[in-house]
Amino acid sequence: MANARRWWGRHGHLVVFLLPALLIYGAFMAYPLVSSLSYSLYEWDGFIRRGFAGLDNFVTVLTRWPFNERFWGALRHNALFFALTFVIQTTLGLYLAVLLARRWRGSAFFQATYFLPHTLSLVVVGFLWRMMLNPTWGAVAQGLRRVGLEEWVQPWLGQSGTALVTIILVNAWAWLGFPILVFLAAIQAIPKEFDEAALVDGANGWQRFRFVSFPLLLPSLAMVSILTFIWDFNAFELVFVMQGASGAPSYATDLLATFFYRTSFGDPTTGGEPGQTGLGAAIGVLMLVIIGIVSAFGVRFTQRSQTEY
Amino acid sequence: MRQPGERRRGLAGLLGLALLVLVALLFLYPVLLMVLTAFKSTPEIFRSPFGLPESWALDGFADVWRRASFGRYLRNSLLITGSSAALLLLTAAPAAYALARYSFRLRAGLFLFFLAGIMVPIRLGILPLYLLMRDLGLLDTPFSLILTYTASGMPMSVFLLSVFFRHLPRELEDAARIDGCSELQTFWRIMLPLVRPGLATVVIVNVVPWWNDFFFPLLFLQSDTWKTIPLGMQIFFGQHLIDWSLVFSGMLLASLPLLIIYLLMSRQFIAGLTAGAVKG
Repeated sequence: MANARRWWGRHGHLVVFLLPALLIYGAFMAYPLVSSLSYSLYEWDGFIRRGFAGLDNFVTVLTRWPFNERFWGALRHNALFFALTFVIQTTLGLYLAVLLARRWRGSAFFQATYFLPHTLSLVVVGFLWRMMLNPTWGAVAQGLRRVGLEEWVQPWLGQSGTALVTIILVNAWAWLGFPILVFLAAIQAIPKEFDEAALVDGANGWQRFRFVSFPLLLPSLAMVSILTFIWDFNAFELVFVMQGASGAPSYATDLLATFFYRTSFGDPTTGGEPGQTGLGAAIGVLMLVIIGIVSAFGVRFTQRSQTEY
Repeated sequence: MRQPGERRRGLAGLLGLALLVLVALLFLYPVLLMVLTAFKSTPEIFRSPFGLPESWALDGFADVWRRASFGRYLRNSLLITGSSAALLLLTAAPAAYALARYSFRLRAGLFLFFLAGIMVPIRLGILPLYLLMRDLGLLDTPFSLILTYTASGMPMSVFLLSVFFRHLPRELEDAARIDGCSELQTFWRIMLPLVRPGLATVVIVNVVPWWNDFFFPLLFLQSDTWKTIPLGMQIFFGQHLIDWSLVFSGMLLASLPLLIIYLLMSRQFIAGLTAGAVKG
């Protein structure tokens, strides 16, 4: 009793400080993520747990039709999603950041404009572009018609060949401001003397970027790439809002997150099949593993290229 | 003084400026179009998609407000986002303080435990989380969202705030103790007010994604009572897809709260959101 009181007197404040955060974080984040793993190892009847299933759920998702086709298809789509976004942000995004770093008058205006889509809900972004890309009445089609490019007008979101790339570009519209501004902050953090020294040595603009700025920007580039990767492998809203939970047309825009959602909770668009908890959890665990492995590699790369100045 | 890069701005510089302007238009134009179209009637949208609206009447907005119970969604979004921010600050700040300013046996382990969640998307634990909320009877209540948002914001917030707390001088604490403050009083009266910029960053980093979140409301809320703006609008848009005027008015109405705040303080927004992401 006396011991307990003494312990409380010495550590009580720590308990008061830490316990609320631990409880909320533990119960509503750590526990669900960890127990997803155990969910995936059981057989489920709706939300009722049946017998132990070992790795059966994983085998089903990876090898049995239609799950295997959906899973590998969605994985390919997510890979393309990330690859294209990565290329856009490290070419156009980085170039725009380099341009902005030259301190134009109105630079603050450009920055605010590039970041503007980040304040919009993806529900709004999705519907806005769905309207704009409407092949009959949408602003894009009408604009093309006005400048005599009628034959360019297509049902971009309705054809398997163009739908996914269109979604990726809409996502890039909503996302690009973030990498630009992070790159800009990283460029501005590089001491001016480095650039000036290279200038004195006779380096031209490209050489100064390639051999002075770029190596110093690598950590930021890697960091943003990791965040983009995590973000892209969770992408859900745009496809759900623009193409429905099944990634229309005929799963051409289906992503891991929409597949995960449909399998876990049933497809609201068809109203048919109920959710399959075990398979859904298995997909969630597979996504966690993919994200975990890639981010771990990315973080190691970032740490190796870290520079202090 | 001119910057080194500014010395030869000739043709290349002009092309650079042209690119900056072009991309700015690409970002700005759809938003501008949304604002202008929101004031047009549906026939007018199809007749003159690019021009200024014939009148700046607010009928469309009144229509959305009435038909979509927009007022209720707005109240719900405010309540849920506000409560989550308050709960997050109240729990993350003391935890960060304890981890930053005291040394005790479990410190390193606990810090790692919080840090472990920093890049993990909470969505992937949705199945156990959903059943937990169901078993606690919290589905279809704002608490399911408030607790989920607070938990998901915890790792980054504890990390950010612990950085802020670590930079405070030790003398402050000692002085407070000599003056007879208890540990809790020292934290609450002396140290917490000094990390206000950190608290502001935590709020900005978290509030924007919460306000715009669609995923968790979609799963946790069934009845119309507690729907937030993104979920309410998604359903409303789906029902009135042919009525473009209504959809555009709804989109503008849904975006207006954050757009206004952004116009007023874009600098703090950008600094907060990029800082939060990079420090992680």
